[in-house]
Amino acid sequence: MPREWKPNQQKFGTRYKVLGKDYATPDLYAKVTGQAKYAEDFRAEGMLFCKLLLSPVPHGRVKYLDLSKAKAMPGVKAILTQDDLPAPADSVTDLGVTIKANKQGEKALTNEPLYQGEPVLAVAAVDEFTAAEAIEAIDIEFEHLPFAVDPLDSLRPGGPNARVEGNVWIKHSVPATKPGEKPPSPPPPTVGELKWTEADFHEAKDGRLPMGKPQDEWSFGDVEAGFKNAALILDETFVTPDTSHQTLEPRSTLAYWQNGKVFVHMGTQSTVQTLAGLGRWLNMDPSQIVLISEYTGGGFGSKATGYIFAIIPALLSKQAGAPVMMRISREEENFIGRARPGFQGRIKVGFSKEGRITAVDMYAICNNGPYDAVGDANASGAIVSLLYQPPAMRWRGITVLTNTPPRGPQSAPGGMQGIVMMEPLLSKAARKLSLDQVDIRKTNCPEGKSLWGPERDGKRAHSTSAFLKEAFDSGAEQFRWKERLAQPKRSGTKVRGVGVSSSAFFAGSVGYDGLFLIRPDGRIVIQSGIGNLGTESISDVHRVVAEELGVPWEKCDVIWGNTAKNLPWTCVSGGSQTTHAMSRAAYAASLDAKRKLQEIAAKTHGGQPEQYEVANERVFHKGGGGSMTLAQAAQHAIKLGGIYDGHETPADVNKYTKASIAALAGQGLVASAKDKFPHDGQSFSYVACFAEVEVDVETGKYFITDYLAVADVGTVIHPRALGGQITGRSILGIGHAIGQKWVFDPQYGHFISRRFYHTKPPTILDVPVNMQWAALDMPDPETPVGARGIGEPPVGGGCGAILNALSDALGDEIYRRAPVNLDTILTSLEAGRPMQDPLTAFV
Amino acid sequence: LSCDTAEQFFLIFSVHFLQLCRTFHSAGMTTGVGMADHKEPIPSLADIAARRISRRNFIKGAIGSGVAVSSATYLFRASGVFGQGGGDRLLTLNVNGQQRRADVMKQETLAWTLRYKLGLTGTKLGCDRAECGSCTVLIDDVPHYACSVLTHTVRNKKVVTIEGLASPDGKLHPVQQGVIDEQGFQCAFCMSGFIMSAVGFLKTNPHPTRAEMAHGVSGNLCRCQDYDKILTALMRGAENTRKVSHA
Repeated sequence: MPREWKPNQQKFGTRYKVLGKDYATPDLYAKVTGQAKYAEDFRAEGMLFCKLLLSPVPHGRVKYLDLSKAKAMPGVKAILTQDDLPAPADSVTDLGVTIKANKQGEKALTNEPLYQGEPVLAVAAVDEFTAAEAIEAIDIEFEHLPFAVDPLDSLRPGGPNARVEGNVWIKHSVPATKPGEKPPSPPPPTVGELKWTEADFHEAKDGRLPMGKPQDEWSFGDVEAGFKNAALILDETFVTPDTSHQTLEPRSTLAYWQNGKVFVHMGTQSTVQTLAGLGRWLNMDPSQIVLISEYTGGGFGSKATGYIFAIIPALLSKQAGAPVMMRISREEENFIGRARPGFQGRIKVGFSKEGRITAVDMYAICNNGPYDAVGDANASGAIVSLLYQPPAMRWRGITVLTNTPPRGPQSAPGGMQGIVMMEPLLSKAARKLSLDQVDIRKTNCPEGKSLWGPERDGKRAHSTSAFLKEAFDSGAEQFRWKERLAQPKRSGTKVRGVGVSSSAFFAGSVGYDGLFLIRPDGRIVIQSGIGNLGTESISDVHRVVAEELGVPWEKCDVIWGNTAKNLPWTCVSGGSQTTHAMSRAAYAASLDAKRKLQEIAAKTHGGQPEQYEVANERVFHKGGGGSMTLAQAAQHAIKLGGIYDGHETPADVNKYTKASIAALAGQGLVASAKDKFPHDGQSFSYVACFAEVEVDVETGKYFITDYLAVADVGTVIHPRALGGQITGRSILGIGHAIGQKWVFDPQYGHFISRRFYHTKPPTILDVPVNMQWAALDMPDPETPVGARGIGEPPVGGGCGAILNALSDALGDEIYRRAPVNLDTILTSLEAGRPMQDPLTAFV
Repeated sequence: LSCDTAEQFFLIFSVHFLQLCRTFHSAGMTTGVGMADHKEPIPSLADIAARRISRRNFIKGAIGSGVAVSSATYLFRASGVFGQGGGDRLLTLNVNGQQRRADVMKQETLAWTLRYKLGLTGTKLGCDRAECGSCTVLIDDVPHYACSVLTHTVRNKKVVTIEGLASPDGKLHPVQQGVIDEQGFQCAFCMSGFIMSAVGFLKTNPHPTRAEMAHGVSGNLCRCQDYDKILTALMRGAENTRKVSHA
């Protein structure tokens, strides 16, 4: 019963002039005319091209290397190996704590490749053909080392380790400090070995996840009593897929040196926050690095703070004395471009007969790849504890190193996997208890300030707010949930199913700086340190400035995408934090501007600053009389100098912002402030997702015929961009349900999912043409503008709603891992039980 | 679901691949140990997986050829470098209504010529292998993947790229305007390909339904998965196009 497509007809921004309204973002004209320059669209005089030699083995060591033939080839200008890389630098946090560089961490090039496709060396030459010929001419031999692709293999007694030193990261505790003493550097984690016993594996033969010694665990409440009092207990093993980020723009990079500074053109999610990483990898002061990233072709977490491989063209360029362009092919991108870690998970949940969860016991094995540990395992437990509000819960997890391409955070990292472990089980429970699927989710969902995560110092943390129940009510009505349930399910070979899923993720951070200039001509120039990765937060959050100063948006210019352009200290453009963090920072800077405008007016026209008001591009005396335009005020600011035009900087902004203010000084009224607004709790955003599928039980083929997501994201800032995030991130989740996964040849550690067609992201034909979204537009009480983030929160629900719709259509005995493909459906229907391999990774 | 085909292919491929590996083992072509007797029936994936531990001892010599990851893809030879670039030929191409001259190699793709010889970087390369559609351009009004068209084949044809859509006075093409009107696309790396596909599709299907438009641009991937908003923008573009042609 798919509905007609209709545009979102909600009215947003009723309390505002600018916020909540649609507008064309300032980057759109360049994008639509092809003028927008992504990293590979730049050219530099005398530019060389680079090619990489990638490891053919899943784990090995370079035992013989002869570059002489390659070096002698005409046109070859530079060759780079691990031995030519600078040592990774330590980093210093804002609090002055030194984070020691991890010698076992990922390098841009390596002599001991830990996954097939890992870059081993790089050649720069006059053209790519010459560079590739040079690579063919390199005499290289690898010593083959043991390898592991499946965490369960590696955990078995005697099982292979991904690294010579072991298969897990071992954390080391920070030595205690005396009061007043500078905190010592925490020692970096080291690779060690963790094996389970043969007895731990006894359940594996029955398809149940073995649960040996975890790396981490936490619990709250009385789990044992929770299960004892349960009317129903379900205990399910579930495997989630590994999926590449597959940003459409591969991480191609251009680099060159001028006057001792290195200029790097790359596609990164964050602008300001990428500098530190480049500085660390190049072992250089970030002030000597200029990053240009005006347009980024997608990130989804994989380019959060750039990527280490960007230093390859930079170092080659230094060696060769010429600019170097590193073009990354799609296959190379699938090797180095990061992926969501798959989970082998198990979750046991107790329910009262009313459907209230009494206890949760959860175990997550996270397939990490060979390098730095991703946080997915822990996040999965945190999100489950928030979204389903168990009164008692135990979470256990282990993140296992494997010789598979490195994982990174992908939209809703860990949260998505936790939701996907939980949702099919919750649907099963509702069927067993004869409860409505929407009702059981409402019964267990967070409401208002809700507890989440483990106890710390005897207390659990809480969320800033949650209006998920309202989202379910609104969604059930719009989706005509009850009406759909009442309709016949089967028509010929087609069976219809409806599914609903809860979803949530972290959605905001605090404490960053806003910075803008009121120019003497009255225009507002807003400095944006946010990355331009397509979310449009790069300009959306700055609409707050126009709103607060009463300036039409047409008179605001946004400066972005180049660290030489005096940007403020800005959050990482990732993890759905930007809308929240940077709308707060923009609000703080707006208040600073207002205060300065009032003071300038009072100094000019007399009276007290608070007698003046800022609106409609003017600052004027409330009772009539003295008034000036923002342009006049900016001219006065320059005359006054000091704090007004940036010759003095606010004490509490970050030193990065201070440097930018100093560079802008004298050009107008400089407004800048740090976000110090109160914030009680952790910000999360929530989504209620509804889907309908139609399955042909003769062919196993299914279509998603309808989809609706209702989001609780606080105040809506930019409706169209929000709608794009809600449906877009839902589809990213849907990809995990309908087909995306990694496949490895377990015998040789050979990576098979190398290109789009091997693990294809959903196409426009995989999703209904009538997708619908809605937003509650209820402001979050803990942030001045009321807005939270949305990139991550819909992902788990997108996948969960499809899986649940499939089990509504076909019953509980179809799948026990995602994705669910037509062969899954056909073989399981025929056998009358789930026929997927229950535990093995990458099948 | 289009992934079904790929999935089926994969299932079959993986099984065959594993069987192949096993055949190699049975034939003693590698030093693998602990493998099944070749008279046994072909084991299931799970069986193979269960035996993987034995692989620990199998390391030497199995994959050493180094062919697994070839660099021989995505290549570009600069014109006339050291006299090696043989086969270059000066062509005149009709691109965006202009006669453009370029030295073109025999094996050169149109995407490369546009991006690296003619400075038209609005045509993007997302895969260079006809999978993603980011490089779509119009050749005699028909959308083509420029990564998979040899430049030599477009002599005497009219090529239009994203840069050639707006009129010389800067007025946007109605489909471009539709994208502005609806804030279509997110990162926009796929945008020029989608717009070119839609413009081409509308030339033969000026009154598409939403579902028909989706089919019309289904050769283009958007990894931001902004399909809903893209479709709305392109439908607005279709409407804008009809208005212009009726005006």
